[in-house]
Amino acid sequence: MNRFVAFGLLALLLVAPWIGVYPVFIMKALCFGMFAIAFNLLIGYVGLLSFGHAMFFGSASYITGHILKVWGWSAELSIIAGVLAATILGVAAGWIAIRRQGIYFAMITLALSQMVYFFCVQAPFTGGEDGIQSIPRQPLFGIIDLKSDMTLYYFVVAIAVGAFLLVYRIIHSPFGQVLKAIRENEARATSLGYNVDRYKLLAFVLSAALAGLAGSTKVLVMQLASLTDVFWPMSGEVILMTLVGGIGTIFGPVLGAFIVIAMQNYLAGIGEWVLVIQGVVFVIIVLAFRRGIVGELMALWDRRNKPAPTAVQPAE
Amino acid sequence: MKQTISMLSTAAAFVFATGAATAQISDDTVKIGVMNDQSGLYADITGPGSVLAARMAVEDFGGKVAGKSIEVLFADHQNKPDIGANVVRQWIDTQQVDAIADVPTSSVALAVQEITREKNRMFLMSGPASSDLTGKACSETGIHWTYDTYALANGTGKALVKQGGDSWFFLTADYAFGHALERDTSKFVQEGGGKVLGVVRHPLSTADFSSFLLQAQASKAKIIGLANAGGDTINSIKQASEFGIVAGGQRLAGLLVFINDVHALGLKTAQGLVISESFYWDLNDETRAFSKRFAEKNKGNMVPSMIQAGVYGAVSHYLKAVQAAGTDEAKAVAKKMKELPINDFMTKNGSIREDGRVLRDMHLLQVKKPEESKYKYDYYKVLTTVPGTEAFRPLAQGGCPLVKS
Repeated sequence: MNRFVAFGLLALLLVAPWIGVYPVFIMKALCFGMFAIAFNLLIGYVGLLSFGHAMFFGSASYITGHILKVWGWSAELSIIAGVLAATILGVAAGWIAIRRQGIYFAMITLALSQMVYFFCVQAPFTGGEDGIQSIPRQPLFGIIDLKSDMTLYYFVVAIAVGAFLLVYRIIHSPFGQVLKAIRENEARATSLGYNVDRYKLLAFVLSAALAGLAGSTKVLVMQLASLTDVFWPMSGEVILMTLVGGIGTIFGPVLGAFIVIAMQNYLAGIGEWVLVIQGVVFVIIVLAFRRGIVGELMALWDRRNKPAPTAVQPAE
Repeated sequence: MKQTISMLSTAAAFVFATGAATAQISDDTVKIGVMNDQSGLYADITGPGSVLAARMAVEDFGGKVAGKSIEVLFADHQNKPDIGANVVRQWIDTQQVDAIADVPTSSVALAVQEITREKNRMFLMSGPASSDLTGKACSETGIHWTYDTYALANGTGKALVKQGGDSWFFLTADYAFGHALERDTSKFVQEGGGKVLGVVRHPLSTADFSSFLLQAQASKAKIIGLANAGGDTINSIKQASEFGIVAGGQRLAGLLVFINDVHALGLKTAQGLVISESFYWDLNDETRAFSKRFAEKNKGNMVPSMIQAGVYGAVSHYLKAVQAAGTDEAKAVAKKMKELPINDFMTKNGSIREDGRVLRDMHLLQVKKPEESKYKYDYYKVLTTVPGTEAFRPLAQGGCPLVKS
C-alpha cells in the first residue's frame, strides 16, 4: 500500500507543473519537506526533540549562497559544500547535545542555534539583516542551465526524492531498528550492548546533514539566504510541519510541510488574518488529529484491515 | 545557411517589432500588488493602511487608466524574504501583476528588487529604508519613494547640529544596521561641525538599557543618538524618560521612529525626541485634507504614516506615467515616471533620479510636550525642512551601476 502511495505521489510530482500548479511553490514546499523529514528522523525515530534545527538549515543556506554568489561554483558543488558545513556543525552540536535528554536536549540545541544566529547577525559575509540576495542559479555540473524554473524543478524533485529514499532506507535498516529501540527504551538498548550515544550522535549528524541539504536546495530555488532561515521560529516551524503531518510517519512531514507552506503563501492575500487562521488550523489539527494527518489516516487504515477478533483489545 | 540566418533574424526582428507595437496594456488590466507586513511589527506603519492608500490613489485617479481597469491586490510577507519572493514571483508569473508597491523590511525589498528587475516589472518602494536599493542594488524599474537611511541620518545629524545640537553620544544596536546608522550619522554630525563624544553598543533586543543610558547621561552630550530600531528604540526612549534624561536637558534623536511609535509611547514619554520624516499629517491644508480622508476610511483610527502617504503618492504617479506612456511595460513606464515631475499633497516638485531615488523634502521634527499638544495627533513641531537636493545621497556616491560616471 505504501508503494502505491509513493508511486502515485511521484507521478503527481512529475506532472504537477503541467497541470497548473506553480512550480516555485512546489519546489519551496519540497525543500521544507526535506527539512521536516530530517527533523522527523530525530524526533520520530530516536525520540529526540531538537529545537535548534534552524542552525543547520540556515548555515547551509548561507554557505551555499555565498559560494554560488561569490565563488561561482557549480550548483551541485555548492550544495555539497553547504551539506558538509551542516554536517560538521551537526557533529559539534550533536556531541554536546546528546548527553542530555528531554527538555534539556531541546534547550541545549536551542542555545547552540541562537549562538549560530548571533554569529550570522554579525558575520560580514551573511550581509546581516539584508541577507545574501540575488544569488545566481549556477549551472548544474557546469553545463545544465538551471535558470528556467522547469529545469530546476526536476533537479529539486530528484534531490527531494533522493533524500526521501535515503531516510526510508535509514529507518528500515538494522541501524534504524536500533534507533527505534533507543526511542522505546534507552536503558534496555544499552543493556543489549548497543553504544547508545554513538547511535544517537550518528542519527543527529544524519539529520543535520539532511537539514543542510534542504537549506542549500532552498537557496538555489529562492535565490536568497536570510536571517529567517537561521532564526529560532524556523526551528519551531519545522516542529509544526512534523506535528501536522504526523510524527514518526514517512509521508507525514512532507505533507505537513506542504500544508504549512501553502498556508503561508496562499493565505498571504488575506492580510492581517493569516496568523489567526494558521493558529486555528493548528489547534484543530492538534485536537482532531493527534497523530498528525498521516498518522491518523494510517491508524484508520490499520483499524479497517485488522481482523475483527482483535477488536476486543483495549485501544492504544 | 546564411540565407536561413538572415531570414530568421528578420523574422525575429518582426516578432519583436510587433511585440513592442502591441504591448499596450497587458491582459487589459493594470494590476498593482501591495505587499507588506500586515500582522507583525510594521503592520501599523504599513500594513492595511498602505493597501487603503493604494486603493485611494486608484479611486482618485478615476478607477481606470488608458481606458483599462485597475486592480489592487495585497499580501502579507510576514517579514520573511522567502515568502515575499514567492508571492511576488507568483503574482508576476500567474496573475500578470504589473507593479509591486510598499514592501517594508530591507531583506524582503532587496529580494523583490531582484525579481522585478529580472521579470521587468515596476517596483514602487515606500516601506524599505536601506539606501542600497538605489545604490549597488539599484534597478531601472525600481523607484525608492519615501525615505532612506541616508536621508534620515543626514536630516537628523546635520540639521540638528545646525540647530545647536553639536555634541553627540550614540546608543547603537550592535549589528550591521546599527553600525551603519551610527557611522552615517556621525559623519554628518562631524561635517556639520559637531563632535561625537562617545558610543556605547548594546546587543540586539535588549530589555535593560540602564547602564547604557547612564553612560550617555554622564557624557554630558547635548544629543543622544539612537542608532537602533523597533523595540530597542521604544525601550531606550521609555527608559530614558524614566531616568529623566530629557528633563535634564539632553535631547534624544531617533533615527528610525514613526508617528505610530510616538502615539504608542505617549507624549509624556516621547517629548523632546527629535526625528526626521518626509511627511507629517499636520504640515499644511493639503496634508490635513488627505489625512482626514484617510483616517475616515481607516475606521477613524490613525493618521497616515509617511510610508502609507508615500504609497498613495507612488501609486498615483505610476498611474499618471502609465497613462502618459500608453503602456504598462515597466521600462517605458519607469522612463515616463522619471520624466514627469511629482506633485501631490506630500511632494512638491519632486523628481526621480536615474538610480531610482525620489528627491523630496525631509522634515526635522520634534515631539511636543503634552501641554503643547492642542488636539488629537498634534504631536510634532517642525524644526526645519531639508530640501530634497540636499537630503539624499549624491548620485555619484551610491555606486549604482546604472549611473554612468
